[in-house]
Amino acid sequence: MADIVMRDVRKAYAKTQVVHGVDLEIKDGEFIVILGPSGCGKSTLLRMIAGLEDISSGEISIGGRIVNDLEPRERGCAMVFQNYALYPHMSVAGNIGYALKVAGVPRAERDMRVAAVARSVGLQDFLDRKPGALSGGQRQRVAMARAIIREPQVFLFDEPLSNLDAKLRVQMRHEIRRIHSRIGATSVFVTHDQHEGMTLADRMVIMNKGTVDQIGTPEEIYDRPASVYVAGFIGSPAMNFMQGTVNALASAVIVEGGAQIEISAPRAEALNGQSVQLGVRPESIALLPPHSGTITATFEFAEELGSGRLYHLEFNGHAITVVSPQKKQFGEGQEVGLGFDAAQVHLFDHRSELRLSAGEQSQIVPSLEAAQ
Amino acid sequence: MIERTPVLNIVTHAILFAGLAILVIPIYLVVVAASQTLPDVMAIPAKLLPGDQLVVNLKAAWQEAEFSTKFGNTLILASGVVVGKIVLAALTAFGIVFFNHRLRMPIFWMVFITLMLPLEVRIVPTYAVAANALSPFQAILDWTGVSWLVQRTTGIEVALNWNLLNSYTGLIMPLVATATGTFLYRQFFLTIPDELVEAAKMDGAGPLRFLRDILIPLSVTNMAALATIMFVVGWNQYLWPLLIITDPAYGVAAVELSRLVPNMNTTGGDVPNWHWAMAGTLIVMLPPVVVVILMQRWFVRGLINTEK
Repeated sequence: MADIVMRDVRKAYAKTQVVHGVDLEIKDGEFIVILGPSGCGKSTLLRMIAGLEDISSGEISIGGRIVNDLEPRERGCAMVFQNYALYPHMSVAGNIGYALKVAGVPRAERDMRVAAVARSVGLQDFLDRKPGALSGGQRQRVAMARAIIREPQVFLFDEPLSNLDAKLRVQMRHEIRRIHSRIGATSVFVTHDQHEGMTLADRMVIMNKGTVDQIGTPEEIYDRPASVYVAGFIGSPAMNFMQGTVNALASAVIVEGGAQIEISAPRAEALNGQSVQLGVRPESIALLPPHSGTITATFEFAEELGSGRLYHLEFNGHAITVVSPQKKQFGEGQEVGLGFDAAQVHLFDHRSELRLSAGEQSQIVPSLEAAQ
Repeated sequence: MIERTPVLNIVTHAILFAGLAILVIPIYLVVVAASQTLPDVMAIPAKLLPGDQLVVNLKAAWQEAEFSTKFGNTLILASGVVVGKIVLAALTAFGIVFFNHRLRMPIFWMVFITLMLPLEVRIVPTYAVAANALSPFQAILDWTGVSWLVQRTTGIEVALNWNLLNSYTGLIMPLVATATGTFLYRQFFLTIPDELVEAAKMDGAGPLRFLRDILIPLSVTNMAALATIMFVVGWNQYLWPLLIITDPAYGVAAVELSRLVPNMNTTGGDVPNWHWAMAGTLIVMLPPVVVVILMQRWFVRGLINTEK
């Protein structure tokens, strides 16, 4: 059992605090992705789990054991570093087997286990090479093998894919997921790439400036972002935002310029008169003839995506993006109607920027833990 | 900087050749003088072509200066300095770079300051210490009144004494304790990525294990560079051995060489044996040259340090 529990974990360097009280419970065998922009404290959090950084205050326990004062080697974690951190003077086999050598595992057993792990990541033909003679993807594999061989309770990944090219990144992503399901260790994966996060995670932790903004499954986070920050950070292209006021009579949000964006009656009643930030994802806006949709915007230009098109429009001085599989031709300055689905409109408090879920229908299939 | 003017090419080459000549001509003269008979060396005008007496002169100089013992001594001195320096430098730099403690910077600066205090500057106090290596402790005991107390209570007079004069230890120790090596090692250790240190930590390696398995193998080229420099420095020691060695059995090559060079004391007004002195010079020059040639490849790599 290797569940990780963090209670009010904080980190401060001298006077500047970089992690402001994180509470997080990670279940045994779960794949957690910590996602956030650079400098949000996500790596620091990971390094505190690993024991490479002191915990300024709060408590971290792994498998029920408080690890605050334990050395990294006593915590049962293995880590894959961003730059792989392979020992340049050792062969691939030496790198993979080093932890066992330190632990005093006899030579014969060590060689056997190194060979087995190397085979599992496809490195069996490179055991005698030095890291300098390997490609980026192969180095990445060595770093993974080095972590796997220790049979850790917890896998920690510190942006391990960011040095790979796009194709390899996807491939390694699948491989990491496969290794995770085979080994069943608890995994914590830090990244700033939302695609990595969405595809890998059982649950995601969205961090912003040293605090946790939202914890949830990728689906929950995408469908019900807890704050303007999360809503804008997750999803590509980013969500469209507008300022407005809720009007119960019209059952709509009145945005600047007087346009009404329809929302469900219970929501409008619950939030009547409140000043809100309204968010709509580019993919939930429909392209319609002028004056037939919710609002009418002016077309600026389009980007070809292959599978569809990304339309850039302008409405009341706001840039609005729409993604649609339909490929339509518009001239610059042409008027285009935009249809909003009331169920797909996200509302956030104008000041606190937190989600206003009052009156919202739960459209999400209850996740497993909620059902239990 | 790339300049493509013929005039500049000629000028730069002229400067290069001038520098080369300044370096090579004295050595050439040594070789010439070492291969001539005494009358040829003293002849006016000087004969600038080598003679045929080289082997004879080398043999004479070797015997005259008792180089067989002196070479052994110098080798012990130079190797002692090399080994001592590398071990001390690696450990000090390890402590300064990889451990985060409050005294880290003060200690580094104290070590660094010794760069400005070479042996020649501190030679008198060093001699005093070498005469009795325990004298600082004696002084501490005297000042704190411990020796007085011991004498009053037990009647035993505390007199610590460890004489290093005329010993290999005395020759080597003061030369080992300088900052050059520590500094070189520190600079190298600072280039080791933090992630590597952390990876070793995650793999369960303690500090000493990390030093042995990762740092030392990675710093082989630095070690070679430091060893080369220190061997040459140790081999060429003159002032310190001259000061503390009075027993000829511990004499070193450079000091002995100066005795070969004729002056009023050695010749008593006779014709000075310049040909032997030059042959001796050649002999003494040889080992450092050999070491540098052998270590050259490593030496350059260790100082450039691009390999990661």
